[in-house]
Amino acid sequence: MFLSPILRHAGVAATAALMLGTAPGVLLAETPPDTLVIADAIDDIVSLDPHEAYEFSGLDVVNNVYDGLVELDPSQPTGPQPGLAESWSVSEDGMTFTFKMKPGITFSSGNPVTAADAAYSLQRAVKINKSPAFILNQFGWTAENVDQMVTADGDTVVLKTDKAYAPTFLYNCLTAGVASIVDMKTVMEHDANGDMGNEWLKTNSAGTGAYVLKSYKPNEGYILEARAGHWRGDAAMKAVFMRHVPEAATQRLLLEKGDIDIARELTPVDIEGITGNADLKIQKDVGGQIFYLSFNQKNELYKNQKFLEAMRYAIDYQGLAETVLKGSMVPHQAFLPNGYLGALEDTPFSLDVEKAKALLAESGVTAPKIVMDVRNATDRMEMAQSIQNTFGQAGITVELNIGEGAEQLKRYRARQHDATLQSWGPDYPDPQTNAGSFAWNDNNADDASTGTLAWRNSYDPGPLNDMTAAAVMERDGDKRAAMYRDLQEQHRTTSPFIVMFQIGYNSAMRGNVNNFFTGGAIDSAAYWLVTK
Amino acid sequence: MTASSAPVSPWPARLRGLAGALISLALTLLGLLFVTFIISRVVPIDPVLSIMGQRASDAQIEEARVALGLDKPLWHQFLIYVGNMLRGDLGTSIGSGEPVLQAVARVFPATLELATLATIFGVLAGVPAGVLAATRPGSLADHLVRLVGLMGYSMPVFWLGLIGLLLFYGILGWVGGPGRLDALYDMQFQFEVTPVTGMILLDTALAGKWDMFANAFSHIVLPAALLGYVSMAYISRMTRSFMMNELGQEYITTARVKGMPEWRVIWVHAMRNVLVPLITVIALSYAYLLEGSVLTETIFAWPGLGSYITEALGRNDMPAVLGGTVVVGVAFITLNLVSDLLYRLVDPRAR
Repeated sequence: MFLSPILRHAGVAATAALMLGTAPGVLLAETPPDTLVIADAIDDIVSLDPHEAYEFSGLDVVNNVYDGLVELDPSQPTGPQPGLAESWSVSEDGMTFTFKMKPGITFSSGNPVTAADAAYSLQRAVKINKSPAFILNQFGWTAENVDQMVTADGDTVVLKTDKAYAPTFLYNCLTAGVASIVDMKTVMEHDANGDMGNEWLKTNSAGTGAYVLKSYKPNEGYILEARAGHWRGDAAMKAVFMRHVPEAATQRLLLEKGDIDIARELTPVDIEGITGNADLKIQKDVGGQIFYLSFNQKNELYKNQKFLEAMRYAIDYQGLAETVLKGSMVPHQAFLPNGYLGALEDTPFSLDVEKAKALLAESGVTAPKIVMDVRNATDRMEMAQSIQNTFGQAGITVELNIGEGAEQLKRYRARQHDATLQSWGPDYPDPQTNAGSFAWNDNNADDASTGTLAWRNSYDPGPLNDMTAAAVMERDGDKRAAMYRDLQEQHRTTSPFIVMFQIGYNSAMRGNVNNFFTGGAIDSAAYWLVTK
Repeated sequence: MTASSAPVSPWPARLRGLAGALISLALTLLGLLFVTFIISRVVPIDPVLSIMGQRASDAQIEEARVALGLDKPLWHQFLIYVGNMLRGDLGTSIGSGEPVLQAVARVFPATLELATLATIFGVLAGVPAGVLAATRPGSLADHLVRLVGLMGYSMPVFWLGLIGLLLFYGILGWVGGPGRLDALYDMQFQFEVTPVTGMILLDTALAGKWDMFANAFSHIVLPAALLGYVSMAYISRMTRSFMMNELGQEYITTARVKGMPEWRVIWVHAMRNVLVPLITVIALSYAYLLEGSVLTETIFAWPGLGSYITEALGRNDMPAVLGGTVVVGVAFITLNLVSDLLYRLVDPRAR
């Protein structure tokens, strides 16, 4: 006999116990009606301190937990709306801005929101000097002078700038997470070694937003709890539970089973797979990241305008977007992403091999050969291979130099590349963020420290420098938008940049979820409007 | 042995053995630190650039290089590295700014829980299967065990995991999905249960939350069974070969001739000798699972060491990768030591 009789009985009992443990009765397949459960990859979070957070997932939290003086409307993020300030004005000389606080708003601690909190918050963001602080530094605010530049006066906050910038420039920057208003009293109670509560705020919250951060575990998830009696009205979702689920196939399975309400990181293949599932729906948005090709003008070849134009007609924008990228990117051909003030939505270039050949012949360049740096990521390599193919058809040889991202960035920053396939995400919700990098380079010397994208490509924008500088000072909002459109029209036909795509977001959700806004290109996700 | 050589007390010899073991342990650890350090310096990734990214100015990058101590000579950096490790300072994650030790303390229990349950499954299924195959060589049962074992060896865990999830969670609904708990239980767990061990099965049991325990079990059972299957494949093959070897020995024949029941011959007499090499096999397979089965953890959204290290790799977060690697190395060395001790315990010859 192989087993003793006693053992055999024990084995049967153990198996039965195991099966009972997995009985379906203990599973709760549906998410609770007042709780929003989301799956996303959130391992990009560095900090949840609003004055430090600078990654997509972190800013999503900040957007729901904090408010600024002015805000973007999540359903239509076109221009600044009143946030904690009810009104604002700018002085004659354009260098003093006065914001009047809305009365009767409280922080999650119960402390009333005052102008002093607002001034303290902007001062704090500049003083702790984390990654996003430069957004505020642009107005001439430094750790030394910010106490004089940003002051509270009764129920108003007064902001002084070092130059008469375009007012929309300031307002747009104030909608960024770094301009969030924090509860001065609570934050200072958690000051440790003069860090202005930074360590504490990394995993706690002290804001006026619709939600309070209840728990955050890196690489696992976070829980937000709705505040009762919020100034915008109570959120329908009493709790938001974000689960870190890195694998897209897993997110899809969870969504199909109803264990989550929203999946934010599905691949194009997964999106195709769930299309037609009556229980689910797919919401398409664009994000702020753009993908571009750029050419180093140290190589005289790339100063030849006809040659650059030939290449613009040798890329299969539409075909790539539809077949290879399958909706994860949409064709976009100017440096401001759709959603930004002054964005150009038209796409004048398309694949036309004959035209490219003709332009190449006109350019006088014979048998050109390009070495293109490409990061070793699947979507980029696929993109590069398609470009290599269509360039080849037009008579332009492309050699791909595939490498690790940081290494390629090193070559790019040192102006050592010949051509490169890159992406760029805007830093804050104002057109200056990209104009100041793609179309600004006032010192093209190798040892200049400008470091803008134009500089990296040894590109001297010439008259475009002045246009960029003028646009950021233009006080009339409509005129300013027109200036950016004009700037981009010239940039996309004369610069050594070929902007090709803007990233697309596919959020898949259960059919009963409504009013989930991802924030598109310029804002972050808003949970407080969601219903289900 | 001559009469003059008085019997020596075994203690000094044992102490010497222990000292030897400790010294070799320390050397192994130092070697481990050396290798991880070298890896971190030879990878063609500029650690500073991967932290600072697109925006930073050259001056900021230089500042960060000095702050990270990367301007010092290599030997000096290594000394600092070893010194930090000895004080339990595994560095600070570049990505999250969280001390690596703290992060590992959070994620390791999840891996430990999964690996332990998987090893239990692997042993419970693998040892009897191996014995069954050994006692009936060439029979249908033997072939079946071989076939099942072969599948466990050769099928990619990644694929098995996805298919398993699709079948048992997606279609049949027998088990909980990815993650350690359902969303609702997960939220309750965070607020109602004080984590003692970090292992959810133990913590919920200690708190007396039996519905939560059942839910946690329904979530862990599939990944643990999957990993248990892989470890079973290995354990059953090894058990079969060890057992075959023992059953051919004379003392077994003697026992049988004496009329001892067959189950006693197998499970008591032969097993005692099989156990010696089997302990090493089980310890090795356990250590392998403790490394954090990267793919399984990723598919099952299991917040363990494997997924921590993988995600850190994706971000070029070298302190996190190296800290995690050192912990895996220490776990490996510790298990080796434990299996060595156990080996001495069960094998009279090793005493």
